[in-house]
Amino acid sequence: MTPIIHKQTTLKRSLLLTLTWLVFGVIFLAPLSIILIEGLSKGLGFFWHTFANPVALSALKLTLFATIVSVILNVIFGVMAAWCITKYEFVGKSLLTTLIDLPFSISPIIVGLIYTLLYGSQSILYPFLMEYNLQVIYAVPGIVLATIFVTFPFVARSLISLMQEQGNTEEEAARLLGANGWQIFWLVTFPNIRWALLHGVTMCTARAMGEFGAVSIISGHIEGLTNTLPLQIEILYNEYNATAAFSISIILLIMAMIILFVRQWCERKITHVTSDAEQ
Amino acid sequence: MLLYKTSAWKIFAAFLMVAPLFFQTTHAKTVTLLNVSYDPTRAFYHAYNQAFEKYWKAKTGDDVVVYESHGPSGKQARSVIDGMQGDVVTLALSGDIDALNKYKQLIDPNWQSRLPYHSCPYYSTIVFLVRKGNPKNIHDWDDLIKPGVQVMTPNPKTSGVARWNFLAAWAYALEKYGSEDRAYDFVKQIYQHAPILDTGARSSSLSFIQRGLGDVLISWENEAYMALNESKPGEYELITPSVSILAEPPVAVVDSVVDKKGTRAVAEGYLNYLYSDVGQTLAGEYYYRPSNPKIAEKFKDKFHSLKLIPIDKVFKGWKQINNKFFKDNKIFDKIMSEINR
Amino acid sequence: MFSSKYSVIPGFWLSLGYTLSWLSLIVLLPLAALLLYASHIHFDQLITILSNRQLQSALKLSLYTSFYASLLASIFGAFLAWMLTRYSFTGKKIIDSMIDLPLALPTAIAGIALTTLYAPNGLLGSLLPFKVAYTPLGIIVAMVFVTIPFTIRTLEPIIKDIPYSVEEAAKTLGATPLQTFLYVIFPMLFPAWLTGFSLAMARSLGEYGSVVFIAANIPYKTEILPILIVSKLDQFDYTGATVISLLMLLISFGLLFFITIIQRWIKPHRLIWFMTHLSLPFFSKKKSS
Repeated sequence: MTPIIHKQTTLKRSLLLTLTWLVFGVIFLAPLSIILIEGLSKGLGFFWHTFANPVALSALKLTLFATIVSVILNVIFGVMAAWCITKYEFVGKSLLTTLIDLPFSISPIIVGLIYTLLYGSQSILYPFLMEYNLQVIYAVPGIVLATIFVTFPFVARSLISLMQEQGNTEEEAARLLGANGWQIFWLVTFPNIRWALLHGVTMCTARAMGEFGAVSIISGHIEGLTNTLPLQIEILYNEYNATAAFSISIILLIMAMIILFVRQWCERKITHVTSDAEQ
Repeated sequence: MLLYKTSAWKIFAAFLMVAPLFFQTTHAKTVTLLNVSYDPTRAFYHAYNQAFEKYWKAKTGDDVVVYESHGPSGKQARSVIDGMQGDVVTLALSGDIDALNKYKQLIDPNWQSRLPYHSCPYYSTIVFLVRKGNPKNIHDWDDLIKPGVQVMTPNPKTSGVARWNFLAAWAYALEKYGSEDRAYDFVKQIYQHAPILDTGARSSSLSFIQRGLGDVLISWENEAYMALNESKPGEYELITPSVSILAEPPVAVVDSVVDKKGTRAVAEGYLNYLYSDVGQTLAGEYYYRPSNPKIAEKFKDKFHSLKLIPIDKVFKGWKQINNKFFKDNKIFDKIMSEINR
Repeated sequence: MFSSKYSVIPGFWLSLGYTLSWLSLIVLLPLAALLLYASHIHFDQLITILSNRQLQSALKLSLYTSFYASLLASIFGAFLAWMLTRYSFTGKKIIDSMIDLPLALPTAIAGIALTTLYAPNGLLGSLLPFKVAYTPLGIIVAMVFVTIPFTIRTLEPIIKDIPYSVEEAAKTLGATPLQTFLYVIFPMLFPAWLTGFSLAMARSLGEYGSVVFIAANIPYKTEILPILIVSKLDQFDYTGATVISLLMLLISFGLLFFITIIQRWIKPHRLIWFMTHLSLPFFSKKKSS
């Protein structure tokens, strides 16, 4: 049976499709193809040469490190928060949900400012940090903290929406059958949420790799030490080396594409899981 | 059941493993030095650091690694105030180094008298860059305010060079027309001809060169030379005005940092080496005018001679300048608000 | 204090404790540092900063560019989301996988790419009869690029949940396409659309990386609030930067609050009631007899 909706005149359909490609082309394709065109304008040899540079490599390493650490910590937090919010009823739950979402709508510039105020020389914590030689801002920890902040809600959000949908009956049944907390989590909950978890991880990774504003305020731009890939791209661009800047952007784009394909695959898995559950 | 307990422990162990990475200490094995500088010096300090690392190894046998950080001068000073562990600062204007003393006592208030040539191993000036064949016929400051001329200069609020540009124009008008009111009018007209105000010296050059904006770029002499080198020969022309400002980017050791890290000897060695023949020659090669007259003689043909006005003569120091021109609601803000009324 | 209803599932205190402490460490403690710093600011200082005309014009510019940007993003976003869920066509998968790229792309790159594209000597900029880069329009373009994934992703699941049968039923009952849209589709989509709009607005209000390249940063004309914060900071004016940040945070909180209100109060059945009681002149509502 074909839905009535699809019985549209071919003219209307092709008009709509043209409009779709037009909107998509202007908003998405044009800027992204500029990156490809500019990045490859000096040929593939130059493209690889950009990465032979130790400064670019160290920036890549730092970006990967900050991304991995923030993803791990956000996964732990996301699972805990989702568990807490979906499995229990308590006063202040909606406030807690709002607070978890808060970092979404805080400007990266403000993130940079508040971390500067907290860990910089203005702060009451500063003498203590100095005593133990803990350099937070203008060093790797600050970059990691800022990355965690901007990616804070991603894992928790995608878990909460799925776990709310699935309800608590399976966990309650497991509990009544005598399972303990860890068993419930690993044997009952985890198999149901793993794709949503991976989905959250991909969003978190994508966002973490590309973070610019917050990191640019607290990184200090020390070459070879605290420059992340996005900051390195800006520097290359500023050094009259636009081609190299766009080359590195292409690498980031490719990484992002891979991650987003994983995400799409997860989404298909999630729909399978939920439709299985409905049957 | 045990299996799930171990999984939990595994996560905990992973967490513990990650934690130390999180709080990296600032100690390292070889001596490291951090030079906090402004944007246009990157190429020069890349070359100079290699020369210094070799020199220091030969002199003392110690390995030294010099890290660099570049950004807009004001932002760099703020980073050091906020706790960036820069052993030395090499900034665009002495006002930014004064700030290290004003906001946190990180540096001796008399830092400027500790090194020769009041701590400025090289100096520069403000010149113009125009497009091929100089189509708008620009030769001096007056030509900037001719109808139809678009002037590229960054925002003095965020950029060190933009302040020099502002002061150079002011000093020119003051010298030519003789009154502060006329100078105010002149500078205001220049900003009326500015289509955009970038955040830094480099962004301004990039807008001029890569985006094709504006007819004339006001910038550092070394920045203008750099732009000439990075573009096709003949694409741009460097114009030296009749009068400009003596722009002196100073250098200093940050006392509180080197005392804590125990790097005073290396840091002082690093800055002193800037005054050596090697350092001075390198500065000249990277289009900074060497302060040592003997070395400057070697680069005589490279730099055009023009009348350079020292800022202390006209403006009485950076503190006065910032209070008079660049603080909130002072002259620059007044000009911008009059233009955009 | 917290637990109001007993749950058989264990781990309440562990998960709540962890959630709260991590939340405090990462989000609340830094925000507290901002408030602590702000508490040292005198009232008259606050008045001076807020009455500055440059700040006011930056606020106005920020508000109106982010408003129009989110409006455009949510209109185009709704259109794309609709096409992606309701139609199948060649290349759909490609579009679908590229929707999130603006999220992963460093905003600075987006800014550089968009400026390259829309500058007077750029590919699109040289074709268009009006200026885009270095005008408020350029700021809007950058904000649309950065926020459109949010609007699409908020609407997609909602559109997926509207069964075809609803539209079919409307059609069999004799509704025109316009009526189907106004009385059936619109009330179901509107809450999510508004949520997407507010999220987009909150994000574009704080956008810095992409805007700084494409805006000309001229005070009173193309200077937005985040750029003003950075410029205050670089002049060692922490007080000014803190006040502007607080102002932006207040607006963001307002938007978040607005989203909560939407989710709680604007429900499809209320909207349907509203729409049916709104006597629109251009079509005669068939009263079923």
